Parts: sequence; C-alpha cells; structure tokens
Amino acid sequence: MSSRREILDLLRENARYTTEDIARLTDYSESEVAEIIEEFEEAGIIRGYQAVVDWNAVESDEERVRATVELNVTLDRETSYDDISERIAKFPEVTSLRLVSGDYDFDLEVEGDSMREVSHFISDKIAPIPEITQTVTHYIMESYKEQGMEFDDHDDDDRLSVSP
Amino acid sequence: MTFEPADRVDSVPPSGIRRFFELAEEMDDIISLGVGEPDFSAPWAAREAAIASLERGQTSYTANRGKRELRERIADYEAAAHNLQYDPAEEILVTAGASEGLDLAFRALLNPGDSIAIAQPCYVSYVPGATFAGIDVVDVPTRAADEFKLTREVLESSGAAEADALVYCYPNNPTGATMTAEEMADVAAFCRENDLLVFADEIYADLTYEHDHTSIATLPGMRERTVVFNGFSKAFAMTGFRLGYAMAPPEAIEAMNRIHQYSMLSAPTTAQHAAIEALNNCRDEVTEMAAQYDRRRKYVLTRFEEMGLDCFPASGAFYAFPECPWDDAGEFAESLLQEKRVAVVPGTAFGEGGSGHLRVSYATGLDDLKEAMARIESFLN
Repeated sequence: MSSRREILDLLRENARYTTEDIARLTDYSESEVAEIIEEFEEAGIIRGYQAVVDWNAVESDEERVRATVELNVTLDRETSYDDISERIAKFPEVTSLRLVSGDYDFDLEVEGDSMREVSHFISDKIAPIPEITQTVTHYIMESYKEQGMEFDDHDDDDRLSVSP
Repeated sequence: MTFEPADRVDSVPPSGIRRFFELAEEMDDIISLGVGEPDFSAPWAAREAAIASLERGQTSYTANRGKRELRERIADYEAAAHNLQYDPAEEILVTAGASEGLDLAFRALLNPGDSIAIAQPCYVSYVPGATFAGIDVVDVPTRAADEFKLTREVLESSGAAEADALVYCYPNNPTGATMTAEEMADVAAFCRENDLLVFADEIYADLTYEHDHTSIATLPGMRERTVVFNGFSKAFAMTGFRLGYAMAPPEAIEAMNRIHQYSMLSAPTTAQHAAIEALNNCRDEVTEMAAQYDRRRKYVLTRFEEMGLDCFPASGAFYAFPECPWDDAGEFAESLLQEKRVAVVPGTAFGEGGSGHLRVSYATGLDDLKEAMARIESFLN
C-alpha cells in the first residue's frame, strides 16, 4: 500500500510528474494525490519546486558563479543564531543557509554573475555584520552532483536490447 | 570427420528470443521493454568491493563451494529474508548464476530417462537444460485464468504426478505471477503425495510486491526434497557478475558440487567479493530498487487498463504479461517494433503456455516507460 511519504519521494525524484502520473505510480487516485500535495504545501513541508541546473552546460555568458562560505559568529545575551540567520538569509544572493556543527557555525551558499560580484557581496554585506568574526569563501569550480543527480553519469544502458 | 552438433544439442532449437533480438539490434532509437535484467547498475559499494579485491590481488580460485564468508552471509540473509535455514558448511553451493545451479541439479540429481515437470511459460533455459541432461520433459501449462499460478489442478491434469521432479520459478519470468503461502502449500502437498523432488527457482524472491514471498522449502516435509536457487542478478542488479547459489540438504549439494568442481571449479572470485559487500551493506539499495519497480508496475498496469489491454495484476519480478489483442503475438510484436519502435517479447518465446500473450518488462526508466506506453496506446488505436 502506498504512503503519503511516497508522494514526497516521487516529487523529489521529479517535481514535474503530473498528479495523473503520480496516481498511476501509486495506489492513490488523482484527486487524492492533488489533495495530499496541497496539504504538504499548506503545512510548509513542500516549500517550492526548482530545476536542478548544471551550470557547466550553460553558455558561459549566462553562467552563474557560486561559492560556499564558512561563517564564524559570536553570540551574546541579546543575539541568538536565529537573529543572525534572519539578517543573512534576507539577501537574495544567499541561496542557502544552514547552521552546522564543527569548526564553524554557518554554512552559506551564495550565487552571483561574477566572482567580483560575489566577493563584493561577502565583503560589503556579510563580513560587516557585527556578530560575524570570520568568513572563509570557497568558489565552486566544478559541480559533479547536485540534489542527488550526477552530472557526468557514465552508467549508460549497455544491456542487450532483448534478453530472456 | 567434420563438426556436427551432438544429437542432444541438435534436438534443441535456438532460443526463440534470438530472432527478435536480431531484429531489435538492427534498429536505432528503440525503447526496449524486452529486457530480462535490471536497468540499474550494481550498487556502488558492491562494485567498489570488487575493485578493491582486484587491487589487493585477490584473483585466485576460491573453495569449490564458494568463499566460506560468502556462504555464511548467504545463510544469514536467507534466514532473515526468507525464513530458510541452511548450513553454510554443507548446504550451500555458490554457482556462476542461478542458471548454473539449475543445470547442475538436472545433471547431478536426475538420471537420463527420468522425467521433470516444468511449469510453463518459463525461463528459456529449463527445457533445453533438461534435454541436455537426457531428462524427459512433462509440460505443466499454467493458465491465464489462474493468473499463471501453479495449481493442483494443472499439476494433476498434466500428468506431473508421474514425474520425478518439478521445476518452477515464482515470482515468475515471463508472467510476473507470484504464489501466496496458501497456494504454495497446495503445490507442496502435491509434491509430497507424489514423491517429487522440487527445484525452486527463487531468483526474483525479493521482488514480490503484494505479499511476502514464501519459499516452498519452509513448508512441512519439503526441505528434504527441495533445492532452492537464488542469486545476485535480479534484486541486487548484478547480472554481469554471474553469481548465484543453490541451497539443499548436504547429499544434494555434495552431488551438485561433484560436477561443479570439475566443470566450473569455483564461481568468479571478484564477483564473490562484490557479493559479500552486497549482502553486508547494500540492502537499502535493494529495497529502493524494489520500490521503484513496484511504482512502475502500478504505472504499467494502470496504463494497460486505460488502453483496454487485458492484463492480470502481475505482482512480482519486473514483468507484466498482457493478452495480445492480435491472434499472432509474434506478428504483433514485430509490427509494434517496426512501426512504433517499442520492443516487447511474444509469450511463445517462453513456451507454448505463453502463446497469445506479450512479456512487457518494466526494468526501464520511467521516462522511457511513459513514452513506450504512449506509443503502444497509439499503436492499438
């Protein structure tokens, strides 16, 4: 028997599956699928749907430059992680922001049109935030796998076209 | 003196799937639903274990019966997954695919002139394998009305009671049929009453979707008369590694090993290393692959229903077995291939019991499967 979770898995596999497709792939009817997806959206479980883009395959003048940034912060009685994260997440250049364990506090992903733009963003907008004590920026040079998808997948189908 | 095939070879026609394969191979951009193996690659951890074993130089023969560690892991796995208890020292033989195991059983446990009941339609190697061993074949044609399950009725009406052994595969290739515990109990009772040995091909055991798989060897009075065959090809997606195993009481394994030690010596060593890793660490991948097949199964069955193609609810392996809307399934499959570039296999390739049907494999990515279903639909209209 299918579970609601399965619908979530299918949408994570391919967010463009239609409700009709999902109904055929599970034990739910099409209207049940539509209802469950709506519930996921309303509950904030599904926050959006996006394409997985391999920027290496895009024309270079349209390319996006991306970097991950390690952030160290200091807290005080009045300032929590949530307060700092809110200030950082508001910038449209920031594509993801996570609090992590280990040597640094926040793991930030930034996107821009050029390295210059990204560098300026870090130095002008992020580094000056008073609680931030250190930033270490890593420009992404090559991406091999994003959101579970391998970009250079050599697992070509080499099977015989008909076999017993 | 010239080369002429020996009589027992000459009496076996080339595989019925062959002609169709040649036709499909000549064509570009076909979507094939004619493939009898997973579309997934072997789990990465298993592949990496194979590479690591090569780097360490582990390229020698193993024990005839297979590496002790592998047999122990197989015993643990079969106990946990299928409630089967076999002693790794004496009751498990690692073979080059389940196919080798079946061939060994035919030759080591039956005499020329003995007879074997074969549930049809079936995997293409059973009848030739029996013929090569000089064994007479009793056809047991399962029926579409029974959803291609093996029943006491078909066993009785086909004369299986007179045979020395019974061979079947459930979950079934080519039909996708499975047997519940109750249905298997009927078959077991028939085999006990008529004193048949059983060769149970359970290669698709972990691809059973609607209920738990029941091995006949777990039923009362059956373990002592049954050889169970399984392997890594299907559920673990490791076909090219050529690794399977047989499980049976010590005297049966000893006899099979007598041939195996002279003809094969030992199953491929690299594959054995990969298989140990597969059993230790790749169970999640197996579960995930099975979940993917199950979704595709539902998709295909729903689409057949939508296009008015009669198909019983296949519940195992990765095959559906719809009725062919034309009288001649071979002609249908050929026209579908020529006109719509979709390959399916006519049921007759799997024995007479398969006539009037088509084997549709859903071991194909969902995008291709969707496109293939759309093409079949437009072909039918």
